[in-house]
Amino acid sequence: MRRLYRSSDGRVLAGVAHGLADHLGVGPLVVRLAFVVLAGAGGAGIAAYGLFWVFAPQTPFEADSPRDRQRDLTMLLALGSLSVGGLLLLSALGLGLNPGLAVPLVAVGVGVVILWRQADEDARQRWRQATDTHRFSGAARVAGGIALAVVGIGAILLGPARVDGTSGGLVATLVVVVGVALISGPWWMRMARDLAAERNARIREQERAEVAAHVHDSVLHTLTLIQRHVDDPREVTRLARSQERELRGWLYRPNYVTGQAEPSMASTASVSSSLERVAAEVEDAHGVAVEVVVVGDCPVDDDLLAVRDAAREALVNAAKYAPDSAISLYAEVEPAQVTVFVRDRGPGFDVDAVPDDRLGLRHSVVGRMARHGGSATIRSAAGDGTEVQLEMPRDTRSQQ
Amino acid sequence: MTEQTTGPASEVPRSPVRVVLVDDHRMFRSGVRAELGDAVEVVGEAEDADQAVAVITATRPDVVLLDVHLPGGGGRAVLAAVVGALPDVRFLALSVSDAPEDVISVIRGGARGYVTKSITGPELTTAVRRVADGDAVFSPRLAGFVLDAFAATTDVATVDEDLDRISQREREVLRLIARGYTYKEVGKALFISVKTVETHVSAVLRKLQLSNRHELTRWANARRLV
Repeated sequence: MRRLYRSSDGRVLAGVAHGLADHLGVGPLVVRLAFVVLAGAGGAGIAAYGLFWVFAPQTPFEADSPRDRQRDLTMLLALGSLSVGGLLLLSALGLGLNPGLAVPLVAVGVGVVILWRQADEDARQRWRQATDTHRFSGAARVAGGIALAVVGIGAILLGPARVDGTSGGLVATLVVVVGVALISGPWWMRMARDLAAERNARIREQERAEVAAHVHDSVLHTLTLIQRHVDDPREVTRLARSQERELRGWLYRPNYVTGQAEPSMASTASVSSSLERVAAEVEDAHGVAVEVVVVGDCPVDDDLLAVRDAAREALVNAAKYAPDSAISLYAEVEPAQVTVFVRDRGPGFDVDAVPDDRLGLRHSVVGRMARHGGSATIRSAAGDGTEVQLEMPRDTRSQQ
Repeated sequence: MTEQTTGPASEVPRSPVRVVLVDDHRMFRSGVRAELGDAVEVVGEAEDADQAVAVITATRPDVVLLDVHLPGGGGRAVLAAVVGALPDVRFLALSVSDAPEDVISVIRGGARGYVTKSITGPELTTAVRRVADGDAVFSPRLAGFVLDAFAATTDVATVDEDLDRISQREREVLRLIARGYTYKEVGKALFISVKTVETHVSAVLRKLQLSNRHELTRWANARRLV
């Protein structure tokens, strides 16, 4: 036996007429006319329509039936005429309604139906669960709410005869409101919660998108470059190292800004950040790895700029002569002085045996430090790497 | 980069150290396993905190190589569960992170050392052996953190316990380690033996773990905001 379904396409109101027409094998117009005629006969058509609406399930293949504005409009019209018909039916049955009360009631009813129809099946399911009529407390709450609403509506309908004066009407209205609130309260809560959950999900989605964008932009880009440079270990190291640096800065330092320092910014930078930047530049330019450890910190002044530049020179030297070794940069900011050590584990050299004019270290490191009132010491021995030590007394006046 | 190396060659041959690897990245575990080679016997692996506790309890290794960031509470949770119950098991933290709060939290939790994952195979082997012997392993960065946290400028009057300060000698040792010196080189520079260097570093580790200086935590937290 075939089941009766409410049709989901070609429907005007709930699809009862169309579904019934499909079921009976006649045109929908015939069924609709029959309903109208029956509606004229004491409202039986409307009652029948309502029963079909309640008991006939909707066709399962509801998916993407185009629901355009016109459809909604037709539905509204149908609902409106149904409501008016219902009102007429009520008055015919002798339950005369005050039109001033009936119009808002109809409006509320239409609103609720539209809301229900607009919600998708999931939301309806959740709303149904929210009312929670399976548990005793839920059932009691709904029953109490309905009782209150009925009592309140009854009080309003039967007018001031039962309750005293105008305040009585107010009380009755209040009772209705409380009743409705009891019934629908969980729905509102559920809807509010849905809204909050949706907002959270959106925030999370935004964060995820930001991370994805970052990973996509820089990391994937670097990985592509690395694959293209498989034959050039130094370039691969450089790329990987610079990506690592950027990712670390991004992960562990919330205010990290990528990009190179502008010279004008140097005067406001701190010792640690300027040394880290210098080390990063050398890593990038020479494809080496520099481990930077800074203890203490202070703002950079002119003398400390000289220390920074000398440190860069020492790092470049280490990168040139000991490219495959680990290079360490250690700086300590003490109240009286700033000390920087740059150490590599390269082949080393005999400091005294290098001619004056060939030693970049001598001019750019030792000379620079001396001009600013500091000192530089170079220790090296064949096979034991090289260490450059820079010392700069701190100008007590510029201290913070 | 430059972890402390005395070179495996200088070690007296012994039975391999029994090690458990705890890291949530399987590729990294197999990489470490390959790099450690024969000097170390990997007796177990785990990829999250709960599994780590189970494996460590079952195998009783000499050393656990512990990642700081793990599903199920991180390295900190593993330390909390095992350090009290199995005092003979020693921990060496191995992490990509060199964020101060990560370093300090596992050291305070009972790890005997902290090295970053960029460490080379031979250096890691030496570090594992050193931890198995009960000594401490400080990377240059960890040494820098300690120097920073126990800064000499701290008002001496507010420091009431020996635990809350480090001696001048310990400071010198840490400074050399921060400069990238191996324990052996530190000994040479200060005219002391490697054993004495190890003693100093272990003393610093003990102070790090036992000191109730709130500055340590505050310092780590403050660094996070820089």
